[in-house]
Amino acid sequence: MTSISSSSAASAASGSTASASTTRTDSLLPEGSEHLASQESADAHHDARLFGLATFLVADGMTFAGFFAAYLTFRAVNPLPEGSTYELELLLPTINTVLLLVSSFTFHRAGQACRADQLSKARSWLLVTGGLGLAFLAGQMVEYFTLPFGLTDNLFASTFYALTGFHGLHVTLGAICIGIVALQTRPGGAISASSHFGLEAAELYWHFVDGIWVVLYGILYLL
Amino acid sequence: MTVATPRDLEPQLQEPLQPAGWLRYFSFSLDHKVIGLQYLVCGFFFYLVGGLLAGAIRTELATPLSDFMPRDTYNEVLTLHGTVMIFLWIVPVVNGAFGNYLIPFYVGARDMAFPRLNAVAFWMIPPAGLLLISSYFLAGAAAQSGWTAYPPLSLTTPAAGQIVWILSVLLLGGSSIFGAVNFIATVLKLRRPGLKLMQLPMYCWAMLGTSLLVVLSTPVLAGVLILLSFDIIAHTGFFNPALGGNVVVYQHLFWFYSHPAVYIMVLPAFGLVSEILPVHSRKPLFGYTTMVYSIMAIVFLGLIVWAHHMFTSGTPPWMRLFFTIATSFIAVPTGIKFFNWLATLWGGKIALNSAMLFSCGFILNFVFGGITGITLAQVPFDIHVHDTYYVVGHFHYIVYGGTVFVIFASLYHWYPKFTGHLLNEDLGRLHFVLTFIGFNLCFLPQHWLGLNGMPRRVAEYDPTFSTLNQVSSVGALIMAISTLPLLINVVVTALYGTPAGDNPWNALTPEWLTTSPPPVENWSGEAPLVTEPYGYGQHQPAGPSSHPLTPAA
Repeated sequence: MTSISSSSAASAASGSTASASTTRTDSLLPEGSEHLASQESADAHHDARLFGLATFLVADGMTFAGFFAAYLTFRAVNPLPEGSTYELELLLPTINTVLLLVSSFTFHRAGQACRADQLSKARSWLLVTGGLGLAFLAGQMVEYFTLPFGLTDNLFASTFYALTGFHGLHVTLGAICIGIVALQTRPGGAISASSHFGLEAAELYWHFVDGIWVVLYGILYLL
Repeated sequence: MTVATPRDLEPQLQEPLQPAGWLRYFSFSLDHKVIGLQYLVCGFFFYLVGGLLAGAIRTELATPLSDFMPRDTYNEVLTLHGTVMIFLWIVPVVNGAFGNYLIPFYVGARDMAFPRLNAVAFWMIPPAGLLLISSYFLAGAAAQSGWTAYPPLSLTTPAAGQIVWILSVLLLGGSSIFGAVNFIATVLKLRRPGLKLMQLPMYCWAMLGTSLLVVLSTPVLAGVLILLSFDIIAHTGFFNPALGGNVVVYQHLFWFYSHPAVYIMVLPAFGLVSEILPVHSRKPLFGYTTMVYSIMAIVFLGLIVWAHHMFTSGTPPWMRLFFTIATSFIAVPTGIKFFNWLATLWGGKIALNSAMLFSCGFILNFVFGGITGITLAQVPFDIHVHDTYYVVGHFHYIVYGGTVFVIFASLYHWYPKFTGHLLNEDLGRLHFVLTFIGFNLCFLPQHWLGLNGMPRRVAEYDPTFSTLNQVSSVGALIMAISTLPLLINVVVTALYGTPAGDNPWNALTPEWLTTSPPPVENWSGEAPLVTEPYGYGQHQPAGPSSHPLTPAA
């Protein structure tokens, strides 16, 4: 609630005096810090948003952790039917991995440019990042259409599509967010050097999606 | 004790677009107190629905044959009862209702960290609940595979109802995660400057621990239910042995959520009872620090004991050993909390009002449920009683005898804060006596039934079990009747209730240091800095006008 900052200095001082006279010394606010209490909303709120997103990403990561655990258990105890194999073509997914890692770097550059108040430069980096994300999705599509197995062929096939599909959904959402953020960096848009929560949130999310892919690539393609 | 400040002269500071009066409880309000009461009333509605379903179950089980309803219907009723009670009554009320109402007060904030997300989280619940109940009428048949939805059973029962069930549980899980993100951010990031973590009221710690469990475990349930829906809709074989799948993987992932879910239901109750006992025994909460560490120990242990639900699922011996030992360890932090509550009561000036009676009922029921829980953690015993009524008796002692008793205690304790009126104590005591007798009569005999081998989740049973089942059904009837004094109490209080004043219990926690009901942003002046929420009987007699922590008397 932003209107907290409108509390009058008089009431802040009186509240603090009442507690100062009766509570133990170790809990007292330092002298002159009353303004902290009345200004906490704007700053604390901004901090809490990124913190909240990070908390949510922990939850999202646990969904992937559940999928990974299921996949590894299936792989350890459920033999595939005759003629099926865990082997996958490695070239395209490896290129895709590189694309995503590079896109994390370009998003980082976009964030740096934004904080340095170079919004057009930030927008260019964002468009490069979004392009890399779309290229990843295109590569994923090509892989889907060239794979020798379908969703219901065997347990590995089902798990493969579920895992990469769920991740691809995250990449799609990330690409949409990048598009929105890129629009907001236009002159007069919602993002500026001093106010860029949207960009930071999208960046945190994008790094998360990349990190998940690295694990996924490791256990699905390399293992 | 209201402090007049210039803010009182600026009513336009309050959200201008929100409707006034009772209509705001049907709006997309961002006020944490409105959202808290929305959770409470919505949850209570679903409690009545789940109670009717429970009544149907006990009516069916009053006789050995399935003569009250067809067996398929019994399975639907059983599934809906469990799902409604867990996901629409206990979890939303004990977390969402009291958490949203109290946590901002306790951290000295004017609202939750993300008010809009908070409103979204609540408004996901009524549609999800109606969706779940409507599956009984719309989809031809509701889910029939119990609240666990174990495959391959959930793959062979009517698919439409099962899919609606999954959709509804996913929505409710999402709501729960949004709520947990909000609680964690509020407790860790919105504390007023100068308020340290170890000065927070115990309920804050309980909600912090609970929210950590929600964030870490609920997504795993969401993941496994998505895979299950693939099996039902797209005919993949994740959990279908006929297609090379593995049902035990479902059980592991399901219980990775659903064991912590027990703590998601009971930890907030621990927190609430830790707020109520000191007020009505006029003593500080005993062992604050050990209470905090026990909550965190329960959170940690709660995440590594899930396979004790699966001792009969071909679990290898090393796994049985590990999970038996880890589960038994939970008795230590839980026992610490139990003895701390007793020590809080010890030598106190106990007021045996409804809130206190329900809290003491909780302690009694919970210690019984805890002891049967320890017996269930032992593999040889668990194999004997697995899937019997012993388990049903055990977990109802935890979730009903534990959590629901605390919800009622909290209702009597905080009702004057919510409305400015005290609930009638005579009706409250009648409510307690009926609930306590009915509850124990209903669920105590089920332990004998289970030990003698009566399986759970079946509409028919061997006639030798009929006497104890009839006792149990009579108990259920008394429980149903016990709801009446509560409903009458709420109506009578609303019509003829006398004003309670701002702080009828002379309590010291921050929510009582404002008007009842509180103004939109909780305090008309600055929030009072309360560093000793349990400082009863230490410095000077507490009272609304004389105790030391009021903001600018």
